[in-house]
Amino acid sequence: MAEELKRIGKTLGESLRERGVSRRGFLKFCSATASLMALPPAMAPAIAASLEKAKRPSVIWLSFQECTGCTESLTRSHSPSVENLIFDHISLDYHHTLQVASGAAAEAAREAAMHENEGQYIVVVDGSIPLGNPGYSAIAGISNLQMLEETVAGAAAVVAVGTCAAFGGLPQASPNPTGAVSVSDIVKDKPVVNVSGCPPIPTVITGVLAHFLTFGSLPELDSLGRPMVFFGKSIHDRCYRRPFYDKGLFAETFDDEGARKGWCLYRLGCKGPMTYNACATTKWNQGASWPVESGHGCLGCSEPNFWDAGGFYNALSIPDSDITRQAAYVAGAGVALGAAAGAINRNKQSKAASAHETVTIDDLDKQS
Amino acid sequence: MQKLRDIVVRVEERDDPDPVINHSNALPIMHEVLHGLKRLHEKGETTTIDLRSIPFGPGDEEALLRQLGCGEISIELQSLGKSTICETLYPGVWVIDHYNAEGERIALNIEINRVPEIVQSQPEDISDSIIRLNRQLNSENFAC
Repeated sequence: MAEELKRIGKTLGESLRERGVSRRGFLKFCSATASLMALPPAMAPAIAASLEKAKRPSVIWLSFQECTGCTESLTRSHSPSVENLIFDHISLDYHHTLQVASGAAAEAAREAAMHENEGQYIVVVDGSIPLGNPGYSAIAGISNLQMLEETVAGAAAVVAVGTCAAFGGLPQASPNPTGAVSVSDIVKDKPVVNVSGCPPIPTVITGVLAHFLTFGSLPELDSLGRPMVFFGKSIHDRCYRRPFYDKGLFAETFDDEGARKGWCLYRLGCKGPMTYNACATTKWNQGASWPVESGHGCLGCSEPNFWDAGGFYNALSIPDSDITRQAAYVAGAGVALGAAAGAINRNKQSKAASAHETVTIDDLDKQS
Repeated sequence: MQKLRDIVVRVEERDDPDPVINHSNALPIMHEVLHGLKRLHEKGETTTIDLRSIPFGPGDEEALLRQLGCGEISIELQSLGKSTICETLYPGVWVIDHYNAEGERIALNIEINRVPEIVQSQPEDISDSIIRLNRQLNSENFAC
């Protein structure tokens, strides 16, 4: 069907009707798409109007210094009706992990897609780019840096999928042996959307692509280039355990009474207050659960330098007694409190990053 | 370093095997539903709440749906997978549960409306009906 659509150039509305999907079914699809894009349900009619006319964009997917976890996340996602329809309507013209072709034939497909869709295609990148020896990571004899630069030259936009592409991720962790950098460190003249996470939530990846398909534009971004609809609020602000935090009820170990009662995991190192992502609402594995619901604190995987931000089990550097006290003073303004904790931690981390130093355990120790 | 076999495994009996933890996250949604009903009654404004965008804890969604209950009307839609559309115990409040062809949930909404939008026959489908019925009536093989 993909080839047929490409040849005929049908809109999504036309192709759905030809497959016998009623308008009512299309509205259901739009309702699910609104939910996928984290947009208000009231947007469904606007989505329907836009999708009706949507043309099929070409997508070139580049994988650099990565573990393939981001592609696994996407391909293991479970919303086939919505995502298959979205992907049926996206021409994934190059993805060296998924495509059959290899070597020169694969590179020819990439060059053909670039040539045929000049100025209109989307480049998705997972993995960081090594600036050290080009031999650290190359595809078909082409260095990652060269492939990125030549591919984005004619692109409409770039989507950096995963924390490695968005912020450098694990390859950039100290001592950064390959000189790894993020996509936005290289690409300065094209819009770059960062879909961070290790891995990112699959519906967030498809949600961004669906937004481009639907509206022909990129979603509103935060200061780190991430879509606001998914990354606009911290894990802490959206956590169902937040009421326990506000009451000062914390699990002290992973098997104490507080853990069994589902109390806040802040003292066990949860990075929810400094982490911006959609896990608390979108969840994982068909909405089955997410780390905090499973009893483990957030690792902060969608934030820059999370690998170097101290131990995963060290509590954040805001003394909890102060937080509890402040919570009493600002009852009802808990969101700002979480944001403040995140901001303070971010400041420490950014200072450490600029000085090429890791945040020490002492920095993060709640007693410091 | 401790070997795996050196780690003692002990199974503990829990005093309270299934503790009911109330996260109270359903309560604000019930209030939102009430405000939506007032808007529908007084101004004719409809409201849709995407329950997948709400940070529910374990049991919150079930508690909300239990509170809303099932009313007089239940509708099943078969298009791109099954959907169930139920009026709750509160007329005007509908729970719309969309699934894909593989039986996986793709959306769960509360719609506050006289009749949910998706239940109503759509103009595009009505237009298509006219064409198809007209073609059938004019077919040489048509017989009643």
